[in-house]
Amino acid sequence: MPRHNTSLCKDCFTEFVHTQVRRAIKSHRMFAPDDRILVAVSGGKDSLTLWGILLKLGYRADALYVDLGIGDYSLRSKQKVQRFTDTVAAAYQSKLHVHTVEQEQGAGIRELATLVHRPTCSTCGTMKRYQFNRVAVEQDYDVMATGHNLDDEAARLLGNVLHWQTDYLDKQTPSLPASLGGFAKKVKPLYRLTEREIAAYAVIHHIDYIVEECPMAKGSKLLAYKHALNRLEADSPGTKHTFYLNFLDRQAKQQETAGNIAEQDRQRLHPCTTCGQPTSANVCSYCQMMAKAKAHV
Amino acid sequence: MIRPAMKIIVTNPRQELEIQGPTRVHQLLQQLDLTPEAYLVIRGDELVTEDTVLQDSDSIEIRSVISGG
Repeated sequence: MPRHNTSLCKDCFTEFVHTQVRRAIKSHRMFAPDDRILVAVSGGKDSLTLWGILLKLGYRADALYVDLGIGDYSLRSKQKVQRFTDTVAAAYQSKLHVHTVEQEQGAGIRELATLVHRPTCSTCGTMKRYQFNRVAVEQDYDVMATGHNLDDEAARLLGNVLHWQTDYLDKQTPSLPASLGGFAKKVKPLYRLTEREIAAYAVIHHIDYIVEECPMAKGSKLLAYKHALNRLEADSPGTKHTFYLNFLDRQAKQQETAGNIAEQDRQRLHPCTTCGQPTSANVCSYCQMMAKAKAHV
Repeated sequence: MIRPAMKIIVTNPRQELEIQGPTRVHQLLQQLDLTPEAYLVIRGDELVTEDTVLQDSDSIEIRSVISGG
């Protein structure tokens, strides 16, 4: 582990990972021991590892898988999630929810993207954010957790800084409050761990995840930022950690982020006239997207 | 006589290679121009560290850990 200038055996490495997750949960007051957590799972290393760690640490964590209908890739990723549910989560009486886009929305994510003339990744993002929030709110979960890691957050920060998207910087925090009715609280308990550390944990603990990349992610800007940061990390270990964690420190010093975000949301957002989820427009982006798709069917 | 070589699978994008050993993990990654921070090296089902010496008889997976987010 060059960024910590240390090498750990399997047991110590496992303890290191658990400590980083505990520290993230505590420092950002993500959830309490009795809270019900909904983990967004994709079949990948981050989300399955997160689900497994939360269960091991004694939290009440269920999961939601959104089946996007991306051919064989979705079939294989769903199999991985189902297998993890049966072999690991079931022992903790933990439950898996599945939302099948093709069945509920009438078409897979690629077809929907074509119908609404938007890139597939952007359509997918809108769909997943909406469905995860909807299930968390409807099923009375206290908080929704995603598997975003240090590389995801550092790459996103680099992208936002390169394009001076300062509005997005305010919301780039590992814990977003449930600022108003219809919004679930959202947290990222893996933000202190790199992708490599999470993948190593998954291999050591025999977590069977989907190794192949989503075929829709080819050419993604986020991947380019990750590769650039990894080249910097190779020359100067700790770069990603310093970049993102120092940003969080400065953000916390400048403002009491949670309070400000909640206050801004309450001023800016109101219920969507179609579905009731919070939005800054009359109709939320998900309902606009689905209306456009239906008009083209 | 042709010497046997270690069999290597690299993921994302998938490539199958054969390389003569012995070689250390960090030398192998350097030889293939792969950033250590972006890959895990797995021998059989065991994760190996950068200074591990790999032999011709080994089957190696070099697994990309980067995902599109």
